[in-house]
Amino acid sequence: MKKLFIAVPLALCASVAVADELQAKVEEMMLSSFKANGIASLDRQKQDEIQQACSSPTPPDAATMQRLQAAEMAKIQWPADGNYTGGDWKEGQKIAASGRGLTWTDKTPNNNGGGCYNCHAMDPNEVSEGTIGPSLEGYAKLRGNGEEIVKYTWGKLWNSKAYHACSDMPRNGYGGILTEAQIRHVMAFLFDPASPVNQ
Amino acid sequence: MRKRIKAVAVCVGIALTAPASAQEELNFDAYREMLADGNPAELYEMEGEELWRTARGPNNATLEQCDLGLGAGVVAGAAAQLPRYFEDAGRVQDIETRLMYCMETLQGIPSKEIIDGKFLQGERAKLAALVAYVVTHSKGEKIAIDLSHPKVKEMYELGERTFYYRLGVMDFSCASCHSQDGKRIRATQLPNITTREGAAEGWGSWPAYRVSSSQFWTMQHRLWDCFRQQRAAEPIFGSDVIIALSTFMAGKGNGIEAKWPGVKR
Repeated sequence: MKKLFIAVPLALCASVAVADELQAKVEEMMLSSFKANGIASLDRQKQDEIQQACSSPTPPDAATMQRLQAAEMAKIQWPADGNYTGGDWKEGQKIAASGRGLTWTDKTPNNNGGGCYNCHAMDPNEVSEGTIGPSLEGYAKLRGNGEEIVKYTWGKLWNSKAYHACSDMPRNGYGGILTEAQIRHVMAFLFDPASPVNQ
Repeated sequence: MRKRIKAVAVCVGIALTAPASAQEELNFDAYREMLADGNPAELYEMEGEELWRTARGPNNATLEQCDLGLGAGVVAGAAAQLPRYFEDAGRVQDIETRLMYCMETLQGIPSKEIIDGKFLQGERAKLAALVAYVVTHSKGEKIAIDLSHPKVKEMYELGERTFYYRLGVMDFSCASCHSQDGKRIRATQLPNITTREGAAEGWGSWPAYRVSSSQFWTMQHRLWDCFRQQRAAEPIFGSDVIIALSTFMAGKGNGIEAKWPGVKR
């Protein structure tokens, strides 16, 4: 019986040590198996806290998720002039449709698309729409345009991880994928009553 | 042979322009079936077979003594059991790194030329044709890689970690797109690689002839482009990350029939 008591913690230690060793190997491999190419530098291979916490099939515990989300919430930049939806929905439509930008074949880290249709339905007339994210058809028609939903949508576009630490959606504003002006155009595409999203 | 390809392209054009409603499942299986009868990958397979038998390189040697894991010169069934650990090379190799190893050791063609090269060009293009030849001789075979080997098992585990590893400006991992059933990016259906069937579908349909670009892509080429779209840095040809992901997919899909070479949109 005594032996068992000793063996259990030893076995636990051993499995933890093996897991850590594997993790160290993965991190080393994610650098050594890659090379920088144009704007895609090796910095991209290093994880931040969110990426590290969300790199397993099981999400972190609720307390960790809440702590991470609070930290991401603090990184959202809200429009200083309170102008959330005053963009041009036609511009927003173009940004939503373009999935270009930030690969090693792109020359500049600027002028990126939002890639929204990769995962979401938006304009009901667009057939080629992804299904990884929820459908956004009729976005404002269904949800209205009250302060709460408008602010939530801005925040979600700027930093999706503030609402779900392990969201599949990129952090468009925080990550420098889209500019503030571009996000305002996408907001208009979602909220403008004249936008095809709300027809 | 040229005429046949043209005919295939016309069929694809018709299939793609057929009207589809937003609700309708965007499904390309029908035209893939049409294509399977005259898969242009056959051209690469023929080129590869010739390359296998032709004396080339500084050593003016053929690849007929290349050991793909089942003994020198045995091609039948070899692809279905790769990646595997090779004692002579001292590492786990997929079909591409193994062929590269044979080209260097038998023919004297430096691996560096392939590693530093570009897809669809030079020796790397020749390697792709050899891949077409070798996989065709495992068509219909069940994927059967040896996970009992500790080095292969370790590669599988590294591959699984890599699959979930988020990185880069968009926080994507392989799992972002490939861990749910029945999902699409735009009109492209995504295999769920966390399931046995999905892993076999992903692993067992590459290399493939890509109709949209009229190009023959190997699995390394496919994974290279996945990493590009993931917004990662560029993976090095034949590096461990590629072998690890390959081992993960093949190991997960073990026991299911491979459909090499595939036809893709």
